[in-house]
Amino acid sequence: MNPDKKQGRILVVDDEPSIVTAIEFLLMRIGCIVDKAYNGLQALELAVEHQPDVVILDVMMPGMDGFETSTQIRNIAALENTRIIFLTAKGADRDKQTGYAKGAEYYMVKPFDNDELVTVVKEILTYG
Amino acid sequence: MSLGLVIGLALAYISLLFFIAWWIDKRSAEGKKLITDNPYVYALSMAVYCTAWTFFGSVGRAATGGLSFLAIYLGPTLFMPIWYMLLRKLVLISKNQHITSIADFISARYGKSPVLAVIVTFLAVFGIVPYISLQLKAITFGINTLTHFGEKAPAISLNLLADSGFWVMIAMAIFTAVFGTRKLDPNERHEGMVAAIAFESIVKLLVFLAVGIFVTFFIFNGPNDLFARALTHPQTARLLTFEDASVAPMVWNMLCLLSLLAIIVLPRQFHISVVENTSARHIPRAMWVFPLYLLLINIFVFPLALAGKMLFDPAVNPDTYVLSLPMSQGANWIAILVFIGGFSAATSMVVVEATSLSIMFSNHIVVPLMIKSRMWTTEHRLVDGAARLLDIRRICILVVLALSYWYGHAVGHNLDLVSVGLISFTAVAQLAPALIGGLYWKRPTGSGALAGLLVGFFVWAFCLPLPNMAQAGILPADFIENGLFGIESLKPNALFGLEGLDPITHAAFWSLLLNSLVFGVMSVFTQPSTLTLTQADIFVNIHKYVNGQEAEILKREAKVTDLETILNRFLGDNRTAVLFNEYETANNISLRDQKIARADFVNYAETHLAGAIGAASARLVMDSVVKEEVITLNEVMSILQQTKEAVDHSRLMESKNEELKELTRRLTEANEQLKHLDSLKADFVTTVTHELRTPVTSIKSLSRIILDYNDELSEVQRSEYLSIIAAESDRISRLINQVLDIGKIQSQSDSLQLREISLADLIVRAVSGIRPLCQEKNVDLALSEQFNWYKTDTKSTVTVMADADKLMQVVINLLSNAMKFCNPHNGRIEVDMRVQDRMAYVAIRDNGEGIHPSRQDIIFEKFTQLHSREQGKPLGTGLGLYISRLIVEKHAGSLIVVSEPGEGATFEFSLPVC
Repeated sequence: MNPDKKQGRILVVDDEPSIVTAIEFLLMRIGCIVDKAYNGLQALELAVEHQPDVVILDVMMPGMDGFETSTQIRNIAALENTRIIFLTAKGADRDKQTGYAKGAEYYMVKPFDNDELVTVVKEILTYG
Repeated sequence: MSLGLVIGLALAYISLLFFIAWWIDKRSAEGKKLITDNPYVYALSMAVYCTAWTFFGSVGRAATGGLSFLAIYLGPTLFMPIWYMLLRKLVLISKNQHITSIADFISARYGKSPVLAVIVTFLAVFGIVPYISLQLKAITFGINTLTHFGEKAPAISLNLLADSGFWVMIAMAIFTAVFGTRKLDPNERHEGMVAAIAFESIVKLLVFLAVGIFVTFFIFNGPNDLFARALTHPQTARLLTFEDASVAPMVWNMLCLLSLLAIIVLPRQFHISVVENTSARHIPRAMWVFPLYLLLINIFVFPLALAGKMLFDPAVNPDTYVLSLPMSQGANWIAILVFIGGFSAATSMVVVEATSLSIMFSNHIVVPLMIKSRMWTTEHRLVDGAARLLDIRRICILVVLALSYWYGHAVGHNLDLVSVGLISFTAVAQLAPALIGGLYWKRPTGSGALAGLLVGFFVWAFCLPLPNMAQAGILPADFIENGLFGIESLKPNALFGLEGLDPITHAAFWSLLLNSLVFGVMSVFTQPSTLTLTQADIFVNIHKYVNGQEAEILKREAKVTDLETILNRFLGDNRTAVLFNEYETANNISLRDQKIARADFVNYAETHLAGAIGAASARLVMDSVVKEEVITLNEVMSILQQTKEAVDHSRLMESKNEELKELTRRLTEANEQLKHLDSLKADFVTTVTHELRTPVTSIKSLSRIILDYNDELSEVQRSEYLSIIAAESDRISRLINQVLDIGKIQSQSDSLQLREISLADLIVRAVSGIRPLCQEKNVDLALSEQFNWYKTDTKSTVTVMADADKLMQVVINLLSNAMKFCNPHNGRIEVDMRVQDRMAYVAIRDNGEGIHPSRQDIIFEKFTQLHSREQGKPLGTGLGLYISRLIVEKHAGSLIVVSEPGEGATFEFSLPVC
């Protein structure tokens, strides 16, 4: 077994299917179970259903945006242990602060580095 | 009848006049109610209009010219309303300005011009001297008729002392000197003289009525008998028909006009009706009493003329009828009455006329000369200026009468009474344009008045007295026949080829016409002086000033002592003291305490001084002591100019201020707009960056996966990732192109390549381009029947001015949108076209899920995309509709969407048809 493999359940949320496809591959490679959502509502449903360890959340999405989705997740007691990573094209410092304020574990700007994303997820899975 | 008796009677009559005048003046000096302050006395004194000419000449004129004599009396009667208006205004102005004569009046109106006063004075003297000489002649003539009845009239004596006319002249000069210059009145009123004149008017009326009654009822048996006999008498029958009595309308009208003007501007009429007027309230009554007087005095003229014609040999001078008729019947006492009547008419005229002329002569010619020659400067202490002034007046009277006497002997003896009278009328009528024009029109200038007067005067002199003098042998006579300098159009009796008029009408016509023309034109083209402007305002708007407003333009001051000295000289110590007291009481101040008199006292002093020596002279005298000079026209103009500039400047500042405010507002607006644009741009950049980051993210991540984990990938995965990479790359390049498109369309530099194109053809090409894709997706793409009709019917080809490439882009964008959003199972797209109000409408209809009304605006904004429930996020940049709308709007059209959710969507764009 690859020592890099980490067991964990990850929810990937992005309105761009191609990005979801790429992340899905990267995380499955390290042994994660990946759930995919294309908007905020879908994300909440899946999160409640599967109680993932990590949610990788896009910010700019039609309907409920990433920040709002994050707030909702934080309000759900069952998801107390779920960690949130923002993965967004919004790269301004102000947006980052908002992201951390919303209870994010990590804030990553698109286009992301594959290795960085995997490393962050692994660390969260290892150290909580 | 003996000469001694006649002379004695005349002297007795004059003594009676002396007594009346003396008694009235005494009453007046005692402060009793003035007998002249009475409308009837005023009206009667106006009858000074009826001179010896009326008394003897009217009958003469009626005997030769029939009814034409009436024109002289009809003029004032017919124009009574006009006369009333004029007279009222003249009186008000004269009281306000202390006017002493018509020359003073005209001079005062035109900036107290000394030159005008002199010219008017000369004109009056030239015009009136023959008239006075006529009166003297009438008296001599009366004496001769009485003393030599039935004999040949004696030759005119070359020995002055043997000529009765000379003694008559001397007697009149004494009377006038005594009562016309008894005292120096600030208002130039002579109650005694006026009363005597009114008395004389009664005498001449009564006498004329008496002789009329005698002839009509005693020689004949009443008017019926007289007229019946006249009808059958060969000498008079023609006079009673209109054949002889009628006068050319032009002549008649001109006589009426002349007499109307004369009753206003004749110096004696002006003097009696304006200067001697005690109250404007008397005018309305005089307006009917005076015409009534004229009617009465003329009522027996015609019967007398007829009687004379019937009873006398045609060789007898008709001017003598009034005297000859009673004498021929042996009624000598009536003849003597007639002589007294005629004498009375002549004396009243001579006295008033001479008084008026002497006032003008002394005030406007002698006094200014004395002032100029420093006879009245402070260095030369004179005993009593007032007494000296009166002496000057007396000398003037003597000069005027002597002139008249000389004229009568030298020129006048071969003219009849009426002609001389009318020549005078025509001369003084020249004053009318300047006088009347200046009353109702502010524009006339001194230059205009002067030029008009001179032109009128020269034309008059050339047409009337000069030919007469030539005929009398004083001047060479050839210019009468051949025209001046031999120029045909300069004949004095047919000026500029105007023939067929009698000399008076002819001269009156030309002189008044040219006078008025020159007066008007010169006034318009010359600038009035400051003083003329002030005076013009007072004269034209006299009612305003009568109600207490004063002209306050002249800012002058003078030492009180200087003013006192001047007033003492000209008005005497008593009068000056009275004036000072009146002023001090009225204004509640003590003048002696003030060293310097204010402008209103200077004006007060000048006005009263003007009452003694005329406005122009008063002004001259005042100028010697008044400290501050009158503001010159230039100064006034420059003040006005400065004021105007200040006003203009502040207006300019105001408008500049407004402009600045406006500019600030627009700048703020522009700034706001820029800020807005800036934020839009920032948004745009953020959005574009975001839109770019997304595909770049996919490409970067997936390509890295392929690179790093190639061996872990299945064949399916690898090709899936690669096709995503390809699609996302396409998306990037499409995005870049469209962003560039927006830039190009929005910037003005990239103008559209407009051509006339067939809209249907363009759409057909677009449709055929996209049809293969539709077939691939199984979408039915159809053209409506209407569209096909437009396409095939060549007559109704819809042509638009458009950039074909850009328009094609719009149509393809709309078609591909429709294809994207139509029903995925049985997709259908329909293209329709219609023309309405010179606009072509193209509609592209799909059968998709439709667009919610709340989203219908948003879809036209940048980077907005609708998500199909079935397909998730569609492929596209979100710029298509934005660009399409931009292009259509650049073509002066519009792009809208009509849709209900579930009903499909219709995108319709419009373009103007050419």
